[in-house]
Amino acid sequence: MAQAVLTVGKAKTWSVPDWRPRRTTVLAFALLAPSLLFLALFTYWPVVQVLWQSLHGQVRVGGPQAYVGAQNFLKLFADPAFRKALANNLVYALGTVIPSLVLALGFAMALARSSRVNALFRALFFLPVLIPLVAAASIFLFLFLPNIGLIDYHLAKLAISGPNWLGDPDVALWSIMALTVWKNAGYYMLFFLAGLQAVPADAYEAAILDGAGPWQRLRYVTLPYLKPTIGFVLVIGLLNVVTQVDHVFVLTKGGPSDSTNLLLFYVYQQAVENYDAGRAAAGTLVMLALLLVVTASSLRTLERSFGEKDA
Amino acid sequence: MSAASISQASTGVSTGEISPKLGYAATLLVAALWMVPFLWMLVAAFNPENTGAGMASLVPSYIPTLANFREAWASADFPRYGLNTTIISLGILAVQIVTITLAGYAFARLEFPGRTLCFYLFLLQLMLAPVVLIVPNLTTIAKLGLYDSLLGVMAPYFASAFGTFLMRQAFMAIPRELEDAALIDGASVFQRIGFIYLPLAKPSLVAFSIVSVTAHWNEFLWPLMVINSPDLRPLTVGLASFTRGAEGAQAWGVIAAGTLLVSAPLLIAFALFQRAFVNSFVSSGIK
Repeated sequence: MAQAVLTVGKAKTWSVPDWRPRRTTVLAFALLAPSLLFLALFTYWPVVQVLWQSLHGQVRVGGPQAYVGAQNFLKLFADPAFRKALANNLVYALGTVIPSLVLALGFAMALARSSRVNALFRALFFLPVLIPLVAAASIFLFLFLPNIGLIDYHLAKLAISGPNWLGDPDVALWSIMALTVWKNAGYYMLFFLAGLQAVPADAYEAAILDGAGPWQRLRYVTLPYLKPTIGFVLVIGLLNVVTQVDHVFVLTKGGPSDSTNLLLFYVYQQAVENYDAGRAAAGTLVMLALLLVVTASSLRTLERSFGEKDA
Repeated sequence: MSAASISQASTGVSTGEISPKLGYAATLLVAALWMVPFLWMLVAAFNPENTGAGMASLVPSYIPTLANFREAWASADFPRYGLNTTIISLGILAVQIVTITLAGYAFARLEFPGRTLCFYLFLLQLMLAPVVLIVPNLTTIAKLGLYDSLLGVMAPYFASAFGTFLMRQAFMAIPRELEDAALIDGASVFQRIGFIYLPLAKPSLVAFSIVSVTAHWNEFLWPLMVINSPDLRPLTVGLASFTRGAEGAQAWGVIAAGTLLVSAPLLIAFALFQRAFVNSFVSSGIK
């Protein structure tokens, strides 16, 4: 409080015209300079670059770069592989974020009470978070292997024959999603465990005294208190949906027939395999727009936790 | 703590747990399912066989051998990959600690015009995940002459908005009087940061370090694009190409052994410093 009064006082002195920057200003920018330099090189400049590239292209093969307007975007959206990747990404988002969120909440609620056994189980759920996504994919490669793989081998004992987990275009994306849920649920569980600690014990006591059953306690006590945590995990989950495609690279390379292609992997293919800079740039912009939509919803929270607006 | 007081209040009806017994049992069941991939990795890695129909068994019926590890070790240069990954993760962390400490101090303790603008400029990095910018960043890296170098893999991560904000919060919690005392003694701003702020912000620094090293230890797509020479591959890229080779040979036991080798360092670190890991991952949840 007193500090706020002080800063207001200081702000007034700035308005006095002075041709020389104050010493603290120089110091502040000197301290920020290393960070700002790298941010400029690898965050702001690339955004400018993709904006420019997405609007330019070669009119003739081998010709100079010229302004082509929305042509790159038209070509992008005309590409069935891109439309497939976009649609896949939406299915992938719904099919990974919601199950991991529900599972993570379940794990956290079951293991909230601290005991040695619960600590062990929490650690077990957390293990997949620590291994590289590529390593997880290498393990799941055998799990999903037709006939002699782990899943088919054990299904065969029950006289069930499973589908071709990664080879069937109708199934492959769901197999990839199963891996993602396995990998991330333990991470989200940590946030719910932290969130549950903020639920006052009295609230449960009162609910139990009022005769509320477990589902009613979940609906009227736990969930309302966890609302900020749920929102936060939702944002992290959606960010992961856009930014993590390593397992696609190892398991399917986007196939069969683009059934597991996701946006980031599509952009990677356009840039590295097809050398189509304009289309890669346009694809990157679509992803940036999606990221901004996701993170803008959490901007308030970010501002409150880091910003000048914290009371 | 809260759980303990609930169980005192309840009188045996539902044992006062947040979830009923059935939910607890279901969770334990799912936990068993969750362990299957790890269990398979262990069982397959120590199997004297590395291919064939018996690989899917989760019950080891053999005398454990290191044959698969030997073959994995021979067919991919894991020590070299491990060294590259270590250089990348620690190199990024070393530069990050300098940049986030300086910027964090500026945001925590200095009043200057343009502060709010700078704050939003940093925030932008949190909103635009660097991995999405791999294509334009590859062009920049190539122009800087850093293509196919470890420095090229590291450079885009040298500034961290998340780390800066974490340090800012830690610094703001440190009483100004400590700095004022040092100021009277004639300490320069770098001395004040190095001898007063940094030591007192150690918990935040540790939290950030764990999150940063884990993230870059496990990173795949960006190093895959930047690195061309096999000698400069990090563990993840090495594992992916190793897996592709062994998959062709149907050598599943060797894949399991290689995957275990690559995953082991962080899993061991987690086993040793469980609490620190969990705390830092929770704090990575920006709230």
